[in-house]
Amino acid sequence: MHRRTLLAGAAALAASPAALPATAWAQAASKTKVVFWHAMTGANGDEINRIARDFNASQSGVEVEPIFKGSYPETLTAAIAAWRAGQAPHIAQIYEVGTGSMLAAGPAVKQVWQLAQDTGLKIDPATYLPAVRGYYSLVDGRMASMPFNSSTGVMWYNKDAFEMAGLDPEKAPVTWAEFATAARALKEKWAVPTMAKSGGQELMATTTSWFAWIQLEEYSAIHNLPFATKADGFEGLDTELKFNAAPQVKQLQMLLELARDGAFKYTGRDNTPDPVFYSGQTAIGFGSSAGRADIVRNAKFKWAAAMLPYDPAVIQQPNNTIIGGASLWTMTTPTRKPEEYKAVAQFLQFLAQPENDTLYHQHTGYVPVTLGGYELSQKQGYYEKNPGADIAIKSLTRGTVTENSRGLRLGRLPEIRNIVYEEVEKALQGQQNAQAALDSAVARGNRVLREFEKSVRT
Amino acid sequence: MERRTIFPGRAFPILLVLPQLLLTFVFFLWPAGQAIWSSMTRADPFGIRTTFVGTENFYDLFTDPLYRDSIGRTLVFCVAVSVLSMGVALLLAVCADREIRGRGWYRIMLIWPYAVAPAVAAVLWILLLHPQIGLIGRWLNRHGVPWDYKLNGLQAMSVVIGASAWKQVSYNFIFFLAGLQSIPRAVIEAARMDGAKGWFRFRTMVLPLLMPTVFFLIVVNLVYAAFDTFGTIQALTQGGPGKATETLVVKVFRDGLINLDVGGSSAQSVVLMLGVIVLTAVQFRFLSRRTDS
Repeated sequence: MHRRTLLAGAAALAASPAALPATAWAQAASKTKVVFWHAMTGANGDEINRIARDFNASQSGVEVEPIFKGSYPETLTAAIAAWRAGQAPHIAQIYEVGTGSMLAAGPAVKQVWQLAQDTGLKIDPATYLPAVRGYYSLVDGRMASMPFNSSTGVMWYNKDAFEMAGLDPEKAPVTWAEFATAARALKEKWAVPTMAKSGGQELMATTTSWFAWIQLEEYSAIHNLPFATKADGFEGLDTELKFNAAPQVKQLQMLLELARDGAFKYTGRDNTPDPVFYSGQTAIGFGSSAGRADIVRNAKFKWAAAMLPYDPAVIQQPNNTIIGGASLWTMTTPTRKPEEYKAVAQFLQFLAQPENDTLYHQHTGYVPVTLGGYELSQKQGYYEKNPGADIAIKSLTRGTVTENSRGLRLGRLPEIRNIVYEEVEKALQGQQNAQAALDSAVARGNRVLREFEKSVRT
Repeated sequence: MERRTIFPGRAFPILLVLPQLLLTFVFFLWPAGQAIWSSMTRADPFGIRTTFVGTENFYDLFTDPLYRDSIGRTLVFCVAVSVLSMGVALLLAVCADREIRGRGWYRIMLIWPYAVAPAVAAVLWILLLHPQIGLIGRWLNRHGVPWDYKLNGLQAMSVVIGASAWKQVSYNFIFFLAGLQSIPRAVIEAARMDGAKGWFRFRTMVLPLLMPTVFFLIVVNLVYAAFDTFGTIQALTQGGPGKATETLVVKVFRDGLINLDVGGSSAQSVVLMLGVIVLTAVQFRFLSRRTDS
């Protein structure tokens, strides 16, 4: 008995490191508290705090407390550990690739349609952009999680560097062939190691953040190629990876050749390469449209955004890109009261109001997730004043959504992404060619998918 | 000359050891039992559906070529870290054992790195070695050495070995210095009188007398390299590039906390636990033999 209370105490302590100071307790006592775990840093992290402040000021019954829980994978892990200890937050921000795992979470989460039903507060899927909503909905259209911060892959480029390399700064490369030509020109004429120009920094012609997402997942969607069977996993757990087909191999091959010639440089996994662009060290940096806030804050050169290039030999009319980013999941605990769920629903409704959605969009570089928010930004003339700020949303709404461009619904996708990184890194070191890298990634990834299938079926 | 106190009855002695037993139970037996149990199950991340699968996780583990690679990598890493940190520490200790000016100051500076937290140490190494922002990294690249430990597996391995060994030098230094100082001066003086010169004297007199310390440190360093270097590796390379620096502990973390494969990760923990038990047993056996003789 003694032991058990000790353990329970330790678990509670570990799960809720953000114990409130006494004064805050006194103030919050009369309000319903909503704990919101998120993974946003820098300018985007400040924005979460602003939203919570605005919401708390807008009404008197609910107090939202945002808590930063580390990176996306760390936040997911923390949320799972907290749920197992009965200490889950009310809302957890879970990245898009965690969606497959969260959908299998059963009683740990209250899906949005269920939350709306239980609390009687209306949350209408039709107000959300189709390319965003689709990723987070069940096959029958009911929404599982709340779209929040959605971005898509874009190409950031340094106009000053383009000019120096003799390229037209107003005309970004549209196809991958044009990109390769531009990369080689930048390597020849701009990324030359003269200390005076770069201030001692190493210059590299091009680089990419999110290699697995942008160069493989987005590439497959744009070119209408299946990333996995069963409609990218939407139609069944027995899905198999398919991204080792000829076009994807050709794409990786091109990047490997550019890397060999010094016209492309791999600078790390996930978003770690982001600073390489805004510090001015690279002329073209592929990244998330959400990088906009940090670029505005840090870049000391003229820059612009463009859509991800495509390969006309594979597709004439490129598809929409797929979203990245995260959504908000309502989580459960055994002792959570109905009024707490109601408070959560109130907060989610607040986020979906056009004026709040559009503000968040303009402050961060994430796309407006509601149609109302998009229209409001248009009406305010935001896109005329900030050319290129609508690149992401134009890219998401290009063409019609096909089953190859709706998104990915694969369990343990974060692990599959890591496998892709590992195999690509080996290829970049010259240990294997493009075909072998993707074959190996597919084979290893399929084993992960089978494990996931077994773990949720039993 | 041994003194023993015998307590009468049973209750009182048990009461005296109870706090220790309780600690052992809460912080070792209970979590270890949990690990063994979950190593024999397959569960989804949330632990909602758990099935007993017996030894299937272990079978999967040892048939996985990536796991065998990781074992080999860990062995190389452990040996390299131990040899490097003990070699450097022994050299420094032998130097500090002499009569030199500012000896106290010199010793304190050498012991300092032990107090630096692994993550902080890793950040310092990044500031030195990062190919784009690090002092040394940039210098190397500027002078035509293609330095990029984020992409070159061999360089990455050298970086984590160097950083891990550096952390342990202080610890080894203290033990070597104490070991050297416990060697009777008379023995060394006698050797000197007989005409034994520097290296020869060290090899035939000092080293044999230092062997108990050396052996103790070998075990401690192997355990350190295998288990305590997670923080350093995670902060420096996260096990990459590819899997070049993914040692067994990094793999446990990766599979358990990032990939959320609790069963497979627990199976790996159990294997590691067996490793520690064996190492500890070897050490105890050796130590007890030494005291017996």
